[in-house]
Amino acid sequence: MANGVSATPTLSVRQATKQFGGSLALCDVDLDLWPGEAHALVGENGAGKSTLIKLITGVHQPDGGEVLHHGEVVHFPTPRDAQLHGIQTIYQEVHLAPQLSIARNVFLGREPTRFGSLDLKRMNREAAALLGRYGIVADVRRPLGGLSLGVQQMIAVVRAVSTDASVVIMDEPTSSLEPREVDKLLEVVGLLKQQGVAVVYVSHKLEEVFRACDKITVLRDGRLVWTGAVTDTTRRQLISRMLGRDPGELGNGKITHLGRAPVERGEVPVLAAQHLTRRFVLDDISLLLHPGEVVGLAGLLGSGRSETAKAIFGALALDSGTVEFCGKRFPRSTPASRLHSGVAMLPEDRKVEGIIPELSIRDNIGLAALPMLSRRGFVSRRKQAEIVDTFITRLHIKATGPEQKVAELSGGNQQKVLLARMLCLSPKVLLLDEPTRGIDVGAKAEVQALIADLAAKGLGVVLISSELEEIVEGSDTVLVLRDGTALGTLFGDEIDESAIMTMIAGAAEHDTAELIA
Amino acid sequence: MTAPAEFAGTRRTLSTRSVTSLVSRNGAFGVLVVVMVIGFLTVPSFGTADNLRNTALAASFLAIISAGMTFVIISGGIDLSVGSLYALAVILSADMSSHGSWAAIGVPIAACAFAGLVQGLIIARLRLPPFIVTLAGLTGIRGLVFYITKEGNSHPSVPGKPFFETVSRGSFLTIQNPVWIALAVFAVGWYVLNRTAFGQAVQAVGGNDTSAALMGLPVRRVKVIVYAISGVAVGISGVLSTGLSGGGQEARVGNAYELSAIAAVVIGGTLLSGGVGSIVGTLFGITLLYVIQNLIVQGFNLNSYVQQVVSGVFLLVVVILQAVFSRRSETE
Ligand SMILES: Nc1ncnc2c1ncn2[C@@H]1O[C@H](COP(=O)(O)OP(=O)(O)OP(=O)(O)O)[C@@H](O)[C@H]1O
Ligand SMILES: [Mg+2]
Repeated sequence: MANGVSATPTLSVRQATKQFGGSLALCDVDLDLWPGEAHALVGENGAGKSTLIKLITGVHQPDGGEVLHHGEVVHFPTPRDAQLHGIQTIYQEVHLAPQLSIARNVFLGREPTRFGSLDLKRMNREAAALLGRYGIVADVRRPLGGLSLGVQQMIAVVRAVSTDASVVIMDEPTSSLEPREVDKLLEVVGLLKQQGVAVVYVSHKLEEVFRACDKITVLRDGRLVWTGAVTDTTRRQLISRMLGRDPGELGNGKITHLGRAPVERGEVPVLAAQHLTRRFVLDDISLLLHPGEVVGLAGLLGSGRSETAKAIFGALALDSGTVEFCGKRFPRSTPASRLHSGVAMLPEDRKVEGIIPELSIRDNIGLAALPMLSRRGFVSRRKQAEIVDTFITRLHIKATGPEQKVAELSGGNQQKVLLARMLCLSPKVLLLDEPTRGIDVGAKAEVQALIADLAAKGLGVVLISSELEEIVEGSDTVLVLRDGTALGTLFGDEIDESAIMTMIAGAAEHDTAELIA
Repeated sequence: MTAPAEFAGTRRTLSTRSVTSLVSRNGAFGVLVVVMVIGFLTVPSFGTADNLRNTALAASFLAIISAGMTFVIISGGIDLSVGSLYALAVILSADMSSHGSWAAIGVPIAACAFAGLVQGLIIARLRLPPFIVTLAGLTGIRGLVFYITKEGNSHPSVPGKPFFETVSRGSFLTIQNPVWIALAVFAVGWYVLNRTAFGQAVQAVGGNDTSAALMGLPVRRVKVIVYAISGVAVGISGVLSTGLSGGGQEARVGNAYELSAIAAVVIGGTLLSGGVGSIVGTLFGITLLYVIQNLIVQGFNLNSYVQQVVSGVFLLVVVILQAVFSRRSETE
């Protein structure tokens, strides 16, 4: 650790307190960030991690306590003021301008100019170079909005670290990244540390915390429960501090393997996608899904997983290919017709599609369940409330009550609401794109168990996850994709991480061989 | 989708891309061409140089206002006060002309800029909806105009001020100055929007102001400035109008201009929700509005109410056509 030289932390928080309405989101929290050190912030969904960050960066104003920058008390009325002090933040949701080009996004707010006019050539050149350094392949003149969430996330990282910041804060930067990108990101963290930057790293993935960070602070219900060096703690201890339970009560902290009975593949698949093709995106992808089966889509970022799911859902126009539901074609190729037949999709980006932030948790979940609950147009409020309550307890949605607005929930809890809403639809086929994105360790196992339960009752699931572990443990069948083509399918016992990785790597070698030949 | 550059062959050359995107993004341009061709072929008096010149001159005043409006709408706001502000500029300019050309030009523009600034400050600082704030502006400023003109009874006219009048009445290459000035305003507007850091900020703020704030952009300042820009544009337009007419305009001049300006911006392809827009599109939009009106006047002998009905129907057809145009280009 490189803090031997400096005597004051780059940034300190003293007794930060924040209330929202009547509820205490953060209470008397201290934090010291030293140059060249990565400091992890961990805790359950709703523990107050993002709130603490937003107090530092001027998004929220503290109700008590203060922030010190190089030992001096500072006050940031807006995020801009924090940035002017060299504090760069990557927020939990991607906050960029999707309609502007990638290069313009990278430089937004600090554009290089020549005689007062944007130096577009330099912007494009430098943005391309920066992206190249982090292994992102994209035309920097294109609008950002067309890119997948993972790539957008990496661009947010590039944007933040390409300034000379003294503090870089990352709020769940890896929640939509692939293992390969995660490695890149952790390299970036290492690089920042070498440059003497103080890094804050929020993640629910403890392996990352142990790999990249020097110090850890654990929050629970808005209070600081522990802070110390990574070397002074174990994974188990951390989890028990996060949950507030004895280590003895916990499992090994890993996702429990869901020992499921093998599925019976009947005659008629509930969903049959044949030869899905769209130029430059998908090339002849076919997929069969039987009732009770979980089909995992594995592949790296940009392999066409999300696009396959979107195509099945009718949200991506195809050049050719068919999707059959219970042996019949859909009457029209729109998401609405899919939903009507009983195919639901959990989208990758909850900000764009999905929840209605200004409505309550009850309404967000309940609206989806309406068709099921209503009898001759009348809705039983009691029944609706029952269902909503079940999900709130089962998924541990942390809120003041079912009437709280979804906009006021923490990121992970919003994801849980969205998930609950999908499950409420009681569909026959469920397309899940990153279902456990941003969800804490405890709730994650619960979500996976819930999916397994539903599958056991005959639901067909298409599962996409950037965590290979999740795919391997949760799927009966795995379709491996690369660059929009299917590399192969693995069944039952054949499924393990190394088999999938070998398949992907094999294809990569094949590509290189072709190039050389 | 994710890594388009990986696929060789998807990259068209930049020039073909920009041409196709100009046509597809500016549906108004395509429709304008079609309408003009129809006009040339069917209405003989439409295509004469004189008529085209006069149409351009007539359009230039609202064009300048629409250029300013484009900034406001791209930033996610709306400015309903422009019609009343225009009247204020017209009247002030005539009033001030007795103090010299510079007063006749400078005072109204400064007054309009100030009015825009105040509205912008109220919107940005107090976080009030722009619709309401500028609606108050629309009413209040119109009232002020009637007050200044003694309930509309005084029509100050311009005592011959050579410089002031030449600015509006002169011409260059046979085209009157206001047309050139309008084109210059659009050129500057395009430059500011697409080639300056401020322009980037306007687009980002309009797309999502929370995100823009989190990216460290000066959201409030941007919001204030766009209304000031709109004010300046209105001021320029009003001054030119007074210079051309020699004063004597009614206190209700510029009535409902805000609607035409907003229509021009939207027809030009700028989203009312903000973030996405094109100032070049606005230029096509306002031209389209005036060409349609002119065709109706030239081509059909109708009383003015029927003209309005026809013009409304025509506009609807144009917007539908345009939606079809742009939807086709999306799915491509
Ligand atoms: N704007 C707000 N209004 C009301 N309550 C809020 C608001 N923002 C956060 N909260 C509450 O504060 C608590 C802490 O939320 P925070 O977003 O800090 O959690 P987090 O630790 O980042 O969780 P996650 O892992 O899910 O991102 C939550 O209970 C949340 O509901
Ligand atoms: Mg959070």
